[in-house]
Amino acid sequence: MNEFFILMKSELLLGIIIFILLFIKIGKGLSNEKMLVLIQSLLLVNFLAGFFFNQTGHLFGGMFVSTSATILQKNILNLGVYLISMLFSDWFRKHIHMPEYFILMLSAVMGMFFLVSSGNLLLFFLAIELATIPVAAMVNFDMQKRISSEAGMKMILSSAFSSGILLFGISLIYGATGTIQFAELPLLMKASPLMIMAFIFFITAFAFKLSIVPFHLWTADVYEGGPIASTAFLSVVSKGAVAFIFISMLYKVFQPMHEVWYHTIILLSLCTIILGNIFALRQQNIKRFLAFSSIAQVGFILVGIGANSGAGSISVVYFILIYTFSNLAAFGVAAAISEQTGKENIQDYRGLYKENPFLSWIMALALFSLAGIPPTAGFFGKLFLISAGATVADYWYIVVVALNLIVSLYYYLRVVRAMFMDKNEFPIQKVQVAFPAKFALIVCGVAITVIGLLSWVWDYIQTALI
Amino acid sequence: MMNQHILLPMHLLQALPAVSAFGWLPALIPLLPFAGFVLLGLFGRKYLQSISGWLGTMLLLAAAGIGYYTAYEYFFVLGKTNGVYQAIEIFKLTWLEFSPGFSIDMGIVLDPISVMMIVVVTTVSLLVHIYSLGYMKGEPRFATYYSFLGLFTFAMLGLVLSTNIFQMYIFWELVGISSFLLIGFYYDKPSAVAASKKAFIVTRFADLGFLIGILVLSFYAKSFDFATLIHQLTTPETATMQSAIAASFLGGSALTWGLVLVFVGGAGKSAMFPLHVWLPDAMEGPTPVSALIHAATMVVAGVFLVARLFPVFNVSPPAMDLVMFVGAFSAIFAAIIACTQTDIKRVLAYSTMSQIGFMMFALGCFGFTASMFHLFTHALFKALLFLAAGAVIHVVHSNEMKDMGGLRKKMPITHLTFLIACLAISGIWPFAGFFSKEGILLAAHEHNTLIYWVGIVTSALTAFYMFRLYFKIFWQKEWNGHTDDAHGEGGFSMMLPLLLLAAGAAAAGFIPFGKLVSADGKPLEEVFHWQFALLPLGVAVLGIAFAFLLYKKQNDRPAKMAAALNGFYVAAKRKFYIDELYSFITTKIIFNLVGKAAAWFDKNVVNGLVDATGSSTQFISEKVRGIQSGKVQQYAVYFLVGALFLAALFIYGWR
Repeated sequence: MNEFFILMKSELLLGIIIFILLFIKIGKGLSNEKMLVLIQSLLLVNFLAGFFFNQTGHLFGGMFVSTSATILQKNILNLGVYLISMLFSDWFRKHIHMPEYFILMLSAVMGMFFLVSSGNLLLFFLAIELATIPVAAMVNFDMQKRISSEAGMKMILSSAFSSGILLFGISLIYGATGTIQFAELPLLMKASPLMIMAFIFFITAFAFKLSIVPFHLWTADVYEGGPIASTAFLSVVSKGAVAFIFISMLYKVFQPMHEVWYHTIILLSLCTIILGNIFALRQQNIKRFLAFSSIAQVGFILVGIGANSGAGSISVVYFILIYTFSNLAAFGVAAAISEQTGKENIQDYRGLYKENPFLSWIMALALFSLAGIPPTAGFFGKLFLISAGATVADYWYIVVVALNLIVSLYYYLRVVRAMFMDKNEFPIQKVQVAFPAKFALIVCGVAITVIGLLSWVWDYIQTALI
Repeated sequence: MMNQHILLPMHLLQALPAVSAFGWLPALIPLLPFAGFVLLGLFGRKYLQSISGWLGTMLLLAAAGIGYYTAYEYFFVLGKTNGVYQAIEIFKLTWLEFSPGFSIDMGIVLDPISVMMIVVVTTVSLLVHIYSLGYMKGEPRFATYYSFLGLFTFAMLGLVLSTNIFQMYIFWELVGISSFLLIGFYYDKPSAVAASKKAFIVTRFADLGFLIGILVLSFYAKSFDFATLIHQLTTPETATMQSAIAASFLGGSALTWGLVLVFVGGAGKSAMFPLHVWLPDAMEGPTPVSALIHAATMVVAGVFLVARLFPVFNVSPPAMDLVMFVGAFSAIFAAIIACTQTDIKRVLAYSTMSQIGFMMFALGCFGFTASMFHLFTHALFKALLFLAAGAVIHVVHSNEMKDMGGLRKKMPITHLTFLIACLAISGIWPFAGFFSKEGILLAAHEHNTLIYWVGIVTSALTAFYMFRLYFKIFWQKEWNGHTDDAHGEGGFSMMLPLLLLAAGAAAAGFIPFGKLVSADGKPLEEVFHWQFALLPLGVAVLGIAFAFLLYKKQNDRPAKMAAALNGFYVAAKRKFYIDELYSFITTKIIFNLVGKAAAWFDKNVVNGLVDATGSSTQFISEKVRGIQSGKVQQYAVYFLVGALFLAALFIYGWR
């Protein structure tokens, strides 16, 4: 019984916080302001608690697994959630249903925790649903905006469709092997046509969640329509969780079909990087721009996944940690500006530096990191991903990937240029950033600058994963 | 045929005990400018505006002092063991460890070329700091300017002192960023912004080659460390060497490809053809910056890189040939263009490219010492040329030659120092350029006759265009410009660097360079043939005479010449249309063909396909479109088609 509490500690803690929020909401005694501070403190405690009383083991006959890797992954997700609660303070503070928003978000996070800890296909499916459905409601949270409701609708329809195909894949896998346990699957699996079809259907669910081309189409509408906090959550926390389970599924469960999945990954990563880049080039709205550029980023993650080695999984986790900071910083700046001025176009960012040097510098750092310019952390993230991928891949593949890095440089720098160099007669006026958001932006900025230079981050991930 | 002794310097670069007789003192050389960057960057504009220039200059003076002391100790006291200069690692930190024995380090290494570069970089940077005290006076972002200079100097010193190729790459990028900041310093000037962007993108593109090259080389050598890497890749018996030579791709061994890619990075920074397009535009930056970055330090980083990996280049004849031909072609190509330009800074920019071409092909011809010597002397006289040109621009307020002429009386010191620099770059005895160019031509003569003749022709062209510049600025007509400007030649702070550099450009040739810097660390006996020197000297005098005839007094001979060479002249004046070619490729071909094709494909094929498959849902889709766009069904179709296509591909196609 004791084991139950310790192994599922992260999930239980989230459950407690959700209950606290429910009671607060019923009580109606607190102002939004105070509630937000309370929530932020709870989430900070939640994040810090992730580092204590950790134990590895499994529960319910292998259905729920806790390893040092899942503990680390949950910590990264908790970090993302905490940063989101800080970064978008301005928006949360004004929203009348703020506690519900966090209840939904934490439910989704709980789904993600079960997802990374899942030990059989059943829990996997339940968890992925739990991680998705609340998010659709979060996307719908700009209540008075029609575009937001539409985005929520699109998300729930698309994900229902994706779940259908996933279930079909799962049923085929069960039909072919007769088991749903991850531990037993590799022993019974071989690359028969039936299994290939099951596998492809199975990974479309990952591809959908990670918005890999051609399963990405919902992304742009949903990202643009939803409130920025939800967009940030989708593009960072949700993608991170799915990438974590994706990599452990491929490396462990589908290892007998390594050749098939390796080629699938290569194909998908090429499509994703190239198309993601081409579309990102055309975007004018900053949210859409970040959405499409994050599609291309996922393409690079796939390059690392393709390595099928310890270095591959370390580099993916390392990259996601860096990506969390970089992308959240970019979204945080975009949110601060959009919240106070309503401006979301890259055009409007011209001359931003004049009145808002702090926001401009943070945005520039974030974009440099996303573009992979040394010495920001993003450079090291990309470098390790690609060098891990390069150990097994063909030269031409690496060359194409590297060329796409250059293309991405172009559109990231376009925004930097707009902020620092382009002239604007009516630049955005001084934007007041709330203290929690400012704090989180500084944390992100510092992290982007130093993570690449601190070797123990890599070592820490390495010890957790291997 | 390779010189055998060149293959042996490995023991020289072998890691030595980390504690050295130098202590930690040399670490201060890059750290002092960095401290300047941090101080001035954080507090400069608010608190230190008035003293920022002096603060930066003093820090650099200290760095230069330590640099000279280190150079003295290295070359004359501590550097040699058994008559051979050793590579000494001052310190080394393990920074990222991938697996035991394979890690990225950070450290400082002293060897003949890095010590030489310390001297070059700190000297030129110090003089530019001093010069800018006068030149940039009154600039509102004075402190920012000095903090950028500090950042650049730090990055450049870090680059030359790197113990391993990865550390070098990081500083390499940092150099690129700081030069981006400095070129675009006048950020309210659109042309400066465009130029800084162009420089950044072109060199980034080249740096990508460098990075892939690093990965290829270190993949085979299993190390980033220069000493280990060179040792692994030059010892034919080792397994790594065998596999690096055996692995082939498009007809070249992996080793050759790695070196070629590294060279691409070097060519980008050093503005070698066809990656030179950013250099002339980079002249939009402040002139002292051009002197520092685009004459003496950053642009020679590519040469330094090839020199650093020289033993590895030696074992791959194709890579050596590439270095040689690219260098030689760039040298003559740039010299021809330089003859036709009218903006004085652009003439100097092309001249720089041409001289770097000399250094490159010297390396390709195994003339290691000659190349490094030319790097050294060139840094002095080209920095001098830029600073003198800056003084001229300061007075005339224009970069165009037509606005100048007859300035020799108005600016006597500038005139004299400029003349010395012109004589030095033309290779006239006894000025510095004569000796270093002599060495290069000798190396070329021993190695490849074609390259030798290219070198001779380029020497003649060099003398011609430099004296064309000289006569057009200082002679030709009487100065009749605005005489109201009281500042005359510029103050003491601007004249002192000119005089010091002129002394260097006049006398540096007599440094016994071969005794100090050679490929294997052993002193080289310098042989000097007078009869060999006569031809280069002769063509240089010829070039000067020709310029004298055409440009000493105003006449119609140059116009006639230009008319006679009609098409060729126009082509050269338009820089052989390389810029147009690039913009054609990028805007017309890439944007139009790829971009438009992608858009067309998106609109017609993909949409058409979806419409065709989804004709039954069309009706409902139309209904929903009333609400908004109603594309969810299409998304599902894409999704399904994608999944089915993948499944079909792997079930039927791939197996």
